[in-house]
Amino acid sequence: MNDERDEGSFDQRLNQARERQGLAEPAATPTGEEVSSAWNLGARIGVELAAALVVGGIIGYALDRWLHTTPIFLLVFFVLGAAAGMLNVWRLISPPSQRPPGK
Amino acid sequence: MATLDPMEQFKLIPVFGNFGEQFHFSQANLMMIVASLLVLGLLRLGMAPKAVVPGRLQALAEISYQGVMSLAVESIGPEGKRFFPFVFTLFFFILFGNVLGLLPFIGYTFTSHIAVTFGLAITVFALATIAAIYIHGLHFFSYFLPEGTPWVLAPLMVVIEIISYLSRPLSLSIRLFANMMAGHVMVDVFAYFVILLGSAGAIGAVAAIFPMGINVVMIGFEFAIAFLQAYIFAALTCVYLHDAVHLH
Repeated sequence: MNDERDEGSFDQRLNQARERQGLAEPAATPTGEEVSSAWNLGARIGVELAAALVVGGIIGYALDRWLHTTPIFLLVFFVLGAAAGMLNVWRLISPPSQRPPGK
Repeated sequence: MATLDPMEQFKLIPVFGNFGEQFHFSQANLMMIVASLLVLGLLRLGMAPKAVVPGRLQALAEISYQGVMSLAVESIGPEGKRFFPFVFTLFFFILFGNVLGLLPFIGYTFTSHIAVTFGLAITVFALATIAAIYIHGLHFFSYFLPEGTPWVLAPLMVVIEIISYLSRPLSLSIRLFANMMAGHVMVDVFAYFVILLGSAGAIGAVAAIFPMGINVVMIGFEFAIAFLQAYIFAALTCVYLHDAVHLH
């Protein structure tokens, strides 16, 4: 069980050595954020908000059609969709340090 | 004079006369086949010399391979190699679709139709979900309950997480479709300004230079956007596959 820690510290030392030698590769950004400008980020946020809202609305509408409860589920899921949109946006713009560990 | 309708370009027109009408074979289908053949041709012809020092075409083919490979491996992890063929196909299909629409005499982009982009996004979504269930089994469903959620909020959070998860294919498809459609409409509108001003006498013809100049710049931007949107689509696919492989 010590192995893992040793491996981690070896990786760390390797990375430090590579940095000293100027060999370290720039940290990769998995979401392609390096290429997206502020304009792109704004457009993405708008799309994320709208998409979650639409999905919530569709689910609510479908449940209402199915259970004949118009408009209760539509209203509930519209709000939940808005919340999901906010969650999407939060995930998009939150800096990595503020994300819960393992994220 | 033909009607000046910027949405006219998105109409599907059957090609090859009677054959196209019988089989509903429109220019969209044709362009998809052309794009696929071009990608295949690029790789096939590019790698044919098998030179140690690559020529131009071979360098292009090698760079595209390495670029997508590093994207897949860096954002998915070592497992990314298994998904590399999918990401590569997706990226180049979209890229060629976007760029083909900017070439003269073609002017039709199949990625400007939400039916196409949503189809692609649903494929990504289905693959990511199936891969997640295949790898993690029923443990996959823990994805919808983030760690550390207070149990009072759990029912609410599960629903919100599910909606957030389901909104992925929609946001993925809307992003690509809206970017491509908006770009083509803008270029068209400015082109109509040129025609309208040009038909309004000598002063109009001089003034028509300005929308013309804007269009020149815009076509340049469109090429950048065509590449960027294909890249974003592939990168987000990798992010979703990363979530599928690692769950969070």
